[in-house]
Amino acid sequence: MSGLRNFVDKIKPTFEKGGKLGFLHSTFDAFETFLFVPNTVTRKGAHVRDCVDLKRVMIMVVLALVPAMLFGIWNVGYQHKLAFGLVDWGFWNIVLYGLVKVLPLYIVAYLVGLGIEFVSAQIQGHEVNEGYLVSGMLIPLIVPVDVPLWMLAIAVAFAVIIGKEVFGGTGMNIWNPALLTRAFLFFSYPSKMSGSTVWTGGVERFVNEGVAFQAGNGLVDGFSGATPLADATLANLQPKLWDMIVGTIPGSVGETSVIAILLGAILLIWTGVASWKIMVSSVLGGLAIGYLGYAVGATDLPGYYQLVMGGFLFGTVFMATDPVTSAQTECGKWIYGFLVGALAVTVRLWNPGYPEGMMLAILLMNTFAPLIDHYVIEGSIKRRAKKVKIA
Amino acid sequence: MSNNIYLKQGLDIPISGVAAQNTRKVIVPDVVAVKPTDFRSLVPKLLVREGDKVLAGTPVLADKMSQNILFASPVSGTVAEVVRGEKRKLLEVRIKADAEQEYVDFGVKRVEDLSAEQIKEALLAAGLWPALTQRPYGIIANPEVKPKAIFVSAFSTAPLAASPEFTLKDEIANIQTAVNALGKLTDGGVHFSLNSANYSGTPFHKMENVIPHTFTGKHPAGNVGVQIHHISPIRKGETVWTVSLLMLAAIGKLFNTGKYDVRRKIAVTGPKAVNPAYVEGYPGISMKDIKEFYETPENLRFISGDVLTGTNIGAEGYLGFFDNQVTILEEGNKYELLGWAKPFRPGQFSSSRTYFSWLTPKKTYDMDTNLHGGPRAFVLNDVYSKVLPMELYPVYLLKACLANDIDKMEKFGIYEVLEEDFALCEYVCPSKIDIQQIITDGIALMLKEMC
Repeated sequence: MSGLRNFVDKIKPTFEKGGKLGFLHSTFDAFETFLFVPNTVTRKGAHVRDCVDLKRVMIMVVLALVPAMLFGIWNVGYQHKLAFGLVDWGFWNIVLYGLVKVLPLYIVAYLVGLGIEFVSAQIQGHEVNEGYLVSGMLIPLIVPVDVPLWMLAIAVAFAVIIGKEVFGGTGMNIWNPALLTRAFLFFSYPSKMSGSTVWTGGVERFVNEGVAFQAGNGLVDGFSGATPLADATLANLQPKLWDMIVGTIPGSVGETSVIAILLGAILLIWTGVASWKIMVSSVLGGLAIGYLGYAVGATDLPGYYQLVMGGFLFGTVFMATDPVTSAQTECGKWIYGFLVGALAVTVRLWNPGYPEGMMLAILLMNTFAPLIDHYVIEGSIKRRAKKVKIA
Repeated sequence: MSNNIYLKQGLDIPISGVAAQNTRKVIVPDVVAVKPTDFRSLVPKLLVREGDKVLAGTPVLADKMSQNILFASPVSGTVAEVVRGEKRKLLEVRIKADAEQEYVDFGVKRVEDLSAEQIKEALLAAGLWPALTQRPYGIIANPEVKPKAIFVSAFSTAPLAASPEFTLKDEIANIQTAVNALGKLTDGGVHFSLNSANYSGTPFHKMENVIPHTFTGKHPAGNVGVQIHHISPIRKGETVWTVSLLMLAAIGKLFNTGKYDVRRKIAVTGPKAVNPAYVEGYPGISMKDIKEFYETPENLRFISGDVLTGTNIGAEGYLGFFDNQVTILEEGNKYELLGWAKPFRPGQFSSSRTYFSWLTPKKTYDMDTNLHGGPRAFVLNDVYSKVLPMELYPVYLLKACLANDIDKMEKFGIYEVLEEDFALCEYVCPSKIDIQQIITDGIALMLKEMC
């Protein structure tokens, strides 16, 4: 322990201002504070401070995403097995295939995103913010597994630079950076982001080149590869309801399993890192419009199907609750969450162009969150002024 | 008890080192200091020179803006040194105390026979006027103004705070005299806030000529600002005064004995205080006078006041005018390997559920001054209102202060708050933002632009 500390102390002067590698100051600092809680003491104000810091908060979100990630890795392999009829594949074959497909997504997302964060911290001369640890964890889970890596790299660069750093970094951004990555991919390369061939690993390659990762097998007869959203009818989905809850269906890497996402939700709510109000109200909003659509005949699916399809729950738990981009007043959170859920299902049911609406709903509500807060605060100040006058 | 005000938000910081309720030492003062820095935005005028003889109650400083506000020496002795800082800013007037204490005789007065003007004059002449704090802004009260009301918090919820029942048990009659006197300075009455948990256990619930209120809740329920917010919020243009029990005792003694007698029981507390207990002393006593409470001053922080709002005065420093508590902490200038990544940190307290200190609610912790992280932008915006029992939007107010936007500061409630009310927000802040400093700067801006 102290050996490591001595080593860090020894090389530290090299990275300080005026040192040989002084230009890497922020980078060194990021690694040092990652290893050690710094020895800074309070200078102003409260002399003692709570031992929680943003690193701890962020790592909680990363932990909450682990079940969805692990399930996603398995499911990528499992969908591949189903698509190509690989009956002799056991658990480890499935996981290995999943790792081969998902790990590169993670490597690209973290290398590009953290790279930009480090460079920008270096340029602005402040500490590297840990916010991207969460974004980098989220991004591979919300894209189709076969998305080309260079596209992902461009999208991440766009989201981090235009979506976050130009506003001043974590805490200042207007839109959720991970969703911005997805939106960039969605509008720039729509053919890689929708349809029925992108959701299962290896299918794109098979269609284009006639080979897949596992050579020799062709697609099984009756392979559809579509997500439940593509043909959302009761006849089609009723037999699949349990699969949709467990998550053994095609979809973006981490969004399919309701159970894995709920495990994450429990951790987030228990630790208080994400707002349960946003989660509950988003679910209420989704149910409300889902049943409205059911009542007026826009769909023959009862409202609760809307919760288990597509990215609704993943978006509700992990994306809509981003504390920076969501509404910040308690009352505003209810309104914001409800509208996220309601808009997402509205897009699904009444917009023929987009089968899924969660991403657009959250980005739109990110945009309007400050407005919601503004009116909530105005109202509260007015009410209080009235109360004070009477008292 | 019927109008009890229940405050849901708050946090009692479980720091170790509570003072045992006995008086371990009666301090015979050696050198004491009068510090103009105890008062916000005070421009002091020096009234004595080095070598001058003073008695307890002799004015040492005056307020340059209104020169009838005087600041008195707490002891009799000789002015030993006038300490100045940058740009010759006056920091301390150090007085070498005599062995025998002599007092200026201001004359015993019957409060019942005095008019408001006479009470004001008596307080101004004896140097006790600065005991009255004006809200908004927390500055010395302006004698020209008639306040809407006067507020007293009769309990303290601050970490390791001195117990008023113990420190003031012999001062009840003096406090009653002071309440009677101050009641003449306002038409709104003297509002007296008690802790409902200790309502019948405290002698203060028998106080007469007051408007009583009771509060239930964790810290900062004992902060007078929080109490005012719930009793009668300060609107734009209004002025209220606040005064502490400690200062009421001194004011009462002035009328009952004719002396400027600010002797007080002081709680010496904190994780690094050896056998924490009370001492009897004066404001302005040196930390050297309590050296039996620590082994060596190295790597210790001496705080005049509590850990949330007190002043770091150093091992050579002097107790503040308003304080009856010293907290001794260890400087946390050491590294902790993978601190944030460890599942358990049993020696550390966190109010956040991301750690496990909620499993041991009764445990107290030897806290040090480590910041436990690096400064960041505001990210988690809902942690602050959980420890601020006021109907305010703390992050919005803080951002208005950062942006120097006076209209928004007004709207979000700058008139109702002082640093002490935001101290817990600062404590829990995962972004390690110096929140109290933001409020200080905001109030300084308001004082500059509005007064």
